[in-house]
Amino acid sequence: MREIVLDDIDDIARGAGILGSGGGGDPYLGKLLAEVAITRHGPITVVAVDEVPPDAVVVPVATLGAPTVSQEKLPNGTEALAALRALEHETGLTATHLVPIEIGGMNSLIPLALAAETGLPIVDGDAMGRAFPEAQMVLPTLAGIPTSPMAIADDKGNTLVLHAASSLWAERIARAVCVATGCSVFTADTLMTGAQLSDGLVADTITLAQRLGAAVRTARAEHRDPAAAVADMVDGVRLATGKVVDVQRATTGGFARGTATITGTDSELRLSFQNEYLLAERDGEVVATTPDLICALETDTGEPVTTESMRYGNRVTVLGIPGDPRWTTPAGLELVGPRYFGYDSDYRPLAP
Amino acid sequence: MRIGIDVGGTNTDAVLVAGRQDEDVRVLAAVKTPTTTDVTAGVVTAIDELLRDAPEGFEPGQITAVMIGTTHFTNAVVQARDLTPTAVIRLGLPATAALPPLTGWPERLRVAVGDRAYLCHGGYEYDGTELSTLDADELRRTAADLAAAGVRSVAVSSVFAPVNGTMELEAAEILRAEVPELRVSCSHELGRIGLLERENATVLNAALIELAGRLADALTDALAEAGITAPLLLSQNDGTLMDVEYCRRFPAATFASGPTNSMRGAGFLSGVADCAVIDVGGTTTDIGMLVGGFPREAPAITDIAGIRTNWRMPDVLSLGIGGGSLVRDFSNGERTTVGPDSVGFELTSKALVFGGDTLTLTDVAVAAGQSRVGTMTALVRRFDADRARAVLGEVSERIADAVDRMRTSPEPLPVVLVGGGSVVLPDEIPGLPDVRRPEHSDVANAIGAAIAKVGGELDRVVQVADGARETVLAEARAEAVARAESAGARPGTVEIVEIDEVPLAYLPGGATRIRVKAVGDLDLDRVQTREPVGVPGA
Repeated sequence: MREIVLDDIDDIARGAGILGSGGGGDPYLGKLLAEVAITRHGPITVVAVDEVPPDAVVVPVATLGAPTVSQEKLPNGTEALAALRALEHETGLTATHLVPIEIGGMNSLIPLALAAETGLPIVDGDAMGRAFPEAQMVLPTLAGIPTSPMAIADDKGNTLVLHAASSLWAERIARAVCVATGCSVFTADTLMTGAQLSDGLVADTITLAQRLGAAVRTARAEHRDPAAAVADMVDGVRLATGKVVDVQRATTGGFARGTATITGTDSELRLSFQNEYLLAERDGEVVATTPDLICALETDTGEPVTTESMRYGNRVTVLGIPGDPRWTTPAGLELVGPRYFGYDSDYRPLAP
Repeated sequence: MRIGIDVGGTNTDAVLVAGRQDEDVRVLAAVKTPTTTDVTAGVVTAIDELLRDAPEGFEPGQITAVMIGTTHFTNAVVQARDLTPTAVIRLGLPATAALPPLTGWPERLRVAVGDRAYLCHGGYEYDGTELSTLDADELRRTAADLAAAGVRSVAVSSVFAPVNGTMELEAAEILRAEVPELRVSCSHELGRIGLLERENATVLNAALIELAGRLADALTDALAEAGITAPLLLSQNDGTLMDVEYCRRFPAATFASGPTNSMRGAGFLSGVADCAVIDVGGTTTDIGMLVGGFPREAPAITDIAGIRTNWRMPDVLSLGIGGGSLVRDFSNGERTTVGPDSVGFELTSKALVFGGDTLTLTDVAVAAGQSRVGTMTALVRRFDADRARAVLGEVSERIADAVDRMRTSPEPLPVVLVGGGSVVLPDEIPGLPDVRRPEHSDVANAIGAAIAKVGGELDRVVQVADGARETVLAEARAEAVARAESAGARPGTVEIVEIDEVPLAYLPGGATRIRVKAVGDLDLDRVQTREPVGVPGA
């Protein structure tokens, strides 16, 4: 058990941005929300996965929607608690712990803000070990833990509790509700008992995000290579360091898809992305794929570059970071492998 | 004929140029004078000297426009001085309450602008539908509160104002009906999508509004005294112009116009539209990339005195190397350092070649035979010329490295050297085969101001149905062109300089953020008739 204090949030946000693998949204808003909550209510208690009692009621809370919209239409501040209370009311259970559904991007910080507000402890872990775009793309799905019941709350005071036929339906219905209410809702779902956490979570990822954020900050202050500091900490493989010479984006069949070309000293790396970076090819050969993390960092500062902010002229270092081994099982790859995202490639493990 | 003036931290540079279009612009006279704390005195001196240097037969009445770029408003924010106590009213309830206005501001500036924020109902969703209805009574109560507190200037921001600015305008009208003397700055006229950042920019604008009035008055009077009746225009951060009357309303739009002017001036002087620009000043060297005649923009959020704003500034890499940089341990090759500290604007009194007692990079350049400014005093002659050349060589290497970090293609790239400090650099820089040093390069920033264009921009989220992309883009382009023309660009000269199309992540259905920027030549005929020029409603 330890505490997260105000000064820790900056590092956690930076690390979460890196683990977002280009998605999950800019953690800046989540950082502000967590900082405001800690300033108002005090520090947050964090417990390790193996410290949680088996009968604990652990609830992931998150935002669902478009990060660009959240930047403009900021939350009301009551949504996360409203979603949590609606889920508690529906199930007759009282949450004992909160946890992030994903460590990548803004959603790593939303439960921290609610933990400060409610005084509930937060579990050091998350259900992806990165960021993925859809509600069913979580380890609990592989462990047979359903997304439903799912509580959704918006900024206008609407709440909804959903019992979907499957986790995939929960994703589809929640996304439609999100669009109908203005593209920025909060959710509480995928309720787990303490006994289920070892199957449902990647352990220690809040601490990992904080260590990554601190490593980048320190490297920068000491004029060392921040991307190397990240790679050292997570067995990362440097896929390229160079300049972005081309970015193509298109919306096909309702999905945003893009590619970015990075020219380094002796090779060219092509990144394919949707919401996250999903596939990397060096000189035509696939060198990294989802579910491994493909992360783009500003070479000079080590700050993460999201798919939405990827621009011609950016100077970036691209790292491949091994994803959780449960994702590279046949069932895991069916859920989040390159073919699910429409790429004609098998999963290819990172070559050291 | 036009006058371009750049008021920098160290020098106020001015140029007199002839010609109506870019193609036939010629520099008739150029001067460099020290910047003064009140800005205006330096501008008056610069104009006086310029008129004295002007060709035979020249009359001030021949001047058609005066363009000024100034860092005055940026400095006021950085130093938290001359700021008007301001309130900020956000239209966004029931959303947005989690992060009220001024969240994330440094305490000192939050206090300096009055620390007074109100959350009211209103605003739009991303698709332009109403988030909640504007509540006139709520605004009237707020206005009464402002009046009681003696607030003279207010910033109004609304959720998704870049998509629809109507509610901000309606709110401004209600507030002014209650408090007629209240100055209102609306966020849809000042920034892009990103509520906190746009709102921050609007608050800074509201806090600068009285200073803007005073500066506009002083500059207008200064021109009148010099016998110049031509209209006065100010440079904005993107290198486009606004009329002095707009500057009274949108002073914050002038932030960071300096690097943009300098780079645009470099492109014009060298006749190269795609190049790296190295601008060596007194304290720093700024390196940027010119693409199609305009600076490449920085990818990230811009921080002004610790406050996040979402203006896109030129992507500039700054090195602590300038003509006034202190040089230490000159003789000891291992330990010699250049900068980052500098004598700055005191170069002409502190450098050895100007009779001072401090060894600067300018002195080293003179000792190396590279530059001929000031006087080759006995003190300077004592420094070994070979060693001086070696020091300049190391400086050149640092600069060449920085250029290499900025470039995006391995193709040979023309490099244009500008700025008053550029005399310290040799013509041969390793790794940069094509270095150009155009005539008048020491006043490139003032030339950039003189040739500045007029722009129009739009930023919104639109639904792009399958197959409708071309139509949507064409409409956006046409609207940006129309905005540039209504801001004072000569019809027929307007071109799209930037188009940014990003489908929103995590949102199905083709919602796409589209940002288009158009610029054209300043319509001098329109300026003559005193029609206002600027970029309202960007």
